[in-house]
Amino acid sequence: MQRQPDHLPLIKRLLLATALMFGFGFALVPLYDVFCDLTGINGKTSTMAATADKAVVDAKRTITIEFLARPNADMPWLFAPQTKKMTVHPGEIKLVYYEAQNPTAATMTGQAVPSVSPGQAALYFNKMECFCFNQQVLTAGQKLLMPLQFYVDPALPEHFSTITLSYTLYDMTKHAPAETVTAQVSTGGNDE
Amino acid sequence: MSTVTHDHDTAHHGEHHHHAPSGLKRWLYTTNHKDIGTLYLLFALTMFFIGGAMAMVIRAELFQPGLQLVQADFFNQMTTVHGLIMVFGAVMPAFTGLANWLIPMMIGAPDMALPRMNNWSFWILPFAFAILLASLFMEGGGPGFGWTFYAPLSTKYSGDSTALFVFSVHIMGISSIMGAINVIVTIFNLRAPGMTWMKMPLFVWTWLITAFLLIAVMPVLAGTVTMVLTDKYFGTSFFDAAGGGDPVLFQHIFWFFGHPEVYIMILPAFGIVSSIVPTFARKPLFGYASMVYATSSIALLSFLVWAHHMFTTGMPVFAELFFMYCTMLIAVPTGVKVFNWVATMWKGAMTFEVPMMFALAFIVLFTIGGFSGLMLAITPADFQYHDTYFVVAHFHYVLVTGAIFSIIAAAYYWLPKWTGHMYDETLGQWHFWCSLISVNMLFFPMHFVGLAGMPRRIPDYALQFADFNAFISIGGFAFGLSQLLFVWVLVKCIKGGEKATDQVWEGAEGLEWTLSSPPPYHSFTTPPEVK
Amino acid sequence: MAKTSRYRCSLLSLLFVEMASAAEMPLNMTQGVTDISQQVYHLHMTIFYICCAIGLVVFGAMFWAILHHRKAKGVQPAQFHESTRVEILWTAIPVFILIIMAIPATKTLIAMEDTTDAEVTVLVTGSQWKWHYKYLDYPVEFYSLLATPQKQINNKIAKGENYLLEVDRPLVIPTGKKVRFLTTSDDVIHSWWVPAFAVKKDANPGFINESWAKVNEPGIYRGQCAELCGKDHGFMPVVVVAKEPAEFDAWIKEQADIQAKAKAAEQELLAMNMTMDEAMALGEKTYLGYCAACHQAGGGGLPGAFPALKGSKMATTAEGKAAHIDIVLNGKAGTAMQAFGKQLTMQEIAAVITYERNAWDNNTGDLIQAADIHAAKTGKKE
Repeated sequence: MQRQPDHLPLIKRLLLATALMFGFGFALVPLYDVFCDLTGINGKTSTMAATADKAVVDAKRTITIEFLARPNADMPWLFAPQTKKMTVHPGEIKLVYYEAQNPTAATMTGQAVPSVSPGQAALYFNKMECFCFNQQVLTAGQKLLMPLQFYVDPALPEHFSTITLSYTLYDMTKHAPAETVTAQVSTGGNDE
Repeated sequence: MSTVTHDHDTAHHGEHHHHAPSGLKRWLYTTNHKDIGTLYLLFALTMFFIGGAMAMVIRAELFQPGLQLVQADFFNQMTTVHGLIMVFGAVMPAFTGLANWLIPMMIGAPDMALPRMNNWSFWILPFAFAILLASLFMEGGGPGFGWTFYAPLSTKYSGDSTALFVFSVHIMGISSIMGAINVIVTIFNLRAPGMTWMKMPLFVWTWLITAFLLIAVMPVLAGTVTMVLTDKYFGTSFFDAAGGGDPVLFQHIFWFFGHPEVYIMILPAFGIVSSIVPTFARKPLFGYASMVYATSSIALLSFLVWAHHMFTTGMPVFAELFFMYCTMLIAVPTGVKVFNWVATMWKGAMTFEVPMMFALAFIVLFTIGGFSGLMLAITPADFQYHDTYFVVAHFHYVLVTGAIFSIIAAAYYWLPKWTGHMYDETLGQWHFWCSLISVNMLFFPMHFVGLAGMPRRIPDYALQFADFNAFISIGGFAFGLSQLLFVWVLVKCIKGGEKATDQVWEGAEGLEWTLSSPPPYHSFTTPPEVK
Repeated sequence: MAKTSRYRCSLLSLLFVEMASAAEMPLNMTQGVTDISQQVYHLHMTIFYICCAIGLVVFGAMFWAILHHRKAKGVQPAQFHESTRVEILWTAIPVFILIIMAIPATKTLIAMEDTTDAEVTVLVTGSQWKWHYKYLDYPVEFYSLLATPQKQINNKIAKGENYLLEVDRPLVIPTGKKVRFLTTSDDVIHSWWVPAFAVKKDANPGFINESWAKVNEPGIYRGQCAELCGKDHGFMPVVVVAKEPAEFDAWIKEQADIQAKAKAAEQELLAMNMTMDEAMALGEKTYLGYCAACHQAGGGGLPGAFPALKGSKMATTAEGKAAHIDIVLNGKAGTAMQAFGKQLTMQEIAAVITYERNAWDNNTGDLIQAADIHAAKTGKKE
């Protein structure tokens, strides 16, 4: 063979591209979250507490908020919102409670996962305090009142009139990290 | 078009120079692009029959309502492994085989640029598929979550065969990436003097773009299966809502790979048809430049349409609209290609040998698949079509009468060049007509079944679907049997037959037709001059 | 206009029902029974006709060339190979056609995704392999399971008219009202599909999705799960009954009553002891409905996928009893074994465990009572 062009630089570049694309596959995970934060795909709400310094109450509009709570099938806890439905004005700060109870004989850890529908409304649903920010540990028979403080951003587009907030409660006992945090308000005690 | 000067008597010289080992070792150690191309093609053919046998199991079970032959979970394993084998074991290796055989001959190179890597990229494939097939015999059976392996069905709710599945997909991915690197380096560095970019045959162009797609998305697939593995065994929760993940994220990542993958399986087919049609129309390809641009824009658009597989997952309206518009846009460059082929035939002097017949069938049937693709792009209608037999019909029109017909066409077209013998034209025509009729019996009624509401991936169905399914199954068995004719033609042609001339086809143009039939061991030891 | 189309549609749906009962398949997409589903149908037909027209032109030209421009006719091939004008033209015309298609598609899509001002909301939860319906505005919820007997599937007896498309308890919704469906899942991804409503929405675990339907005609509408969800994906149909609002109100009131009474009765049942025969009879029924899909009617399971109960340590030894109750109540994380604590009554759970511990030569003689299940549920010692 007469020609022996140097293939190495091109091979190196292609291998680098391969490695970068492999990394990009994993980068899609945080990118997806960013994308969700920007666009409200899939109704994910922020996992960070919001602040309400700029919120101005828009008394002319009312929004219906529906609260849904569902322990997942393999989660024996009882879990329900105290309020099923309320109307709020955008910008108004509201506090609602969810009740959870561990009816089993063992200490368990739960994690509530929020989902908002319609998905885009998630961008305008701001939680200042939420039990879903942390895992909850309940001892046998323990009952817990869990707070959710939120407001709806007045920038919510006109065509949204109802926002559904759903929590699915998962059993995380097996995956619980050592330093789990319980919520602040508790009726406490084995009252059964 | 091109004048070529080179030495015809290098074949013997090459063989002698290499001390090529004989028997099994020759194939195991070979670094020759033709040997490896042959290996790839035979491997793909084997996988085509194994995957096809699984399709026969599926069609046999669906022949009548009720569960007769297999249980539901085995049925799911059949649909899963059938899909994986056909995509990664039949179509992709067949194209790689064609690339190996043809690219060096088409660009005037002696061999592929990286022959030893070439050997590796082939020889790890049989292991990948041995692992995948072996998983079917595990306790609990093989993977049964569909070739799309949606989480959490493939993570929390799958059996331990998942680990084998992940491992084998990794190997397939590595093989494809090595193959792609080899193609790119070969095309960049080994083109004959005068072979400028816009003089390259379209098959080379489409494969170059395919290779870049492979490098862009196969690593993403590797990442996806890795995440599935760690979610299942190592406690991560990429796709588990309980741990802060999102199962829909899986689909985004998978289809980010998956949609370009679809074009990986069709772009080389465009290249093949663009080689065959001008030959048998005896007229240069119409709109060469626009073909290149259309291929490139299809490749670029393929990165912007992935979520059209996911309209029912619950996306906001604006996202649905964006993906709908982008998907519809793909119809434009694809349309350009079809128009160009028809324009190539227009006022030509056509003859209808077997490769041309398959290429013509490709154009018509692939376009039908394109039409149903356009219908699927329309989001509101997609809510009705999604995950029904309408989709099954669509992608089989694109992949069987598209990709596979093009591969068969390519085999008939270049077989005389490869073997030095003409294939049996009568048998070939029989193969074509049997395939054409049976493949339409098999897939065309699926459109109706889907529109009537039969979901895909179900082992049993409501009574109203019974007659059509029986008919479809008969078409399926007939198509399967027709392919045995292909094997007969191949064996006959390899064994002997009428001597083929160098040019083989009256209208054939391009460097590969200037070589002897069969070509010398090292295709072009002296680079030809392309003017 | 709306009236005539509704009238036409009712005629068509009649036709459809007739065809279905004759086990004959319609050849086209259903027009459905909602305004949206009809829009979808017309959109589908429009695009189909446009595709046909394009196909006619392109294939027409191609077959013309095949017939006339063949070597056998002695023609000399022309040598033209490009024409910028033609190429621009056939890029521009498709773009124009696509815009024509996109306009109605966009309109329909925006109408479909407008879930506001619903009058009834149903939470639809998929799980392997059944649907659960919960009315958010009424205290009514229930599971909906395939009603086709296993014997029909295994070809032991003749198949019924609605083979695989029948359930024990269909979802009931009122006609003429906007009903919103919130979909989610307990395990893998499912997809809730009713073709007559043009509603197909994935049920994603941990997330909710919305869709809606305003059904114009009372009737029974059948659909299926559309997303591969494991072994019995083909066996989790959706059946929706649309009733006139007054009938619906009566039905939902009756159901609320029944469910309230059942809840009250559960306390009483705790104190009641079943006899072995009662327990075995109820247990067998429950087993065939909820357990046999995986563990098989004979208790043999499917090796590697679903463990056998027949002769298993858990179901045959005294030490296994507590674990047996626990696994039925709470499921086993990371496997297909679900928690039945919320799906079945305590009496049913007691009966099914009794059945599993005594059927197929698992003759432990154990008789489990609802009180035992209650004790296990609340963690109190027996």
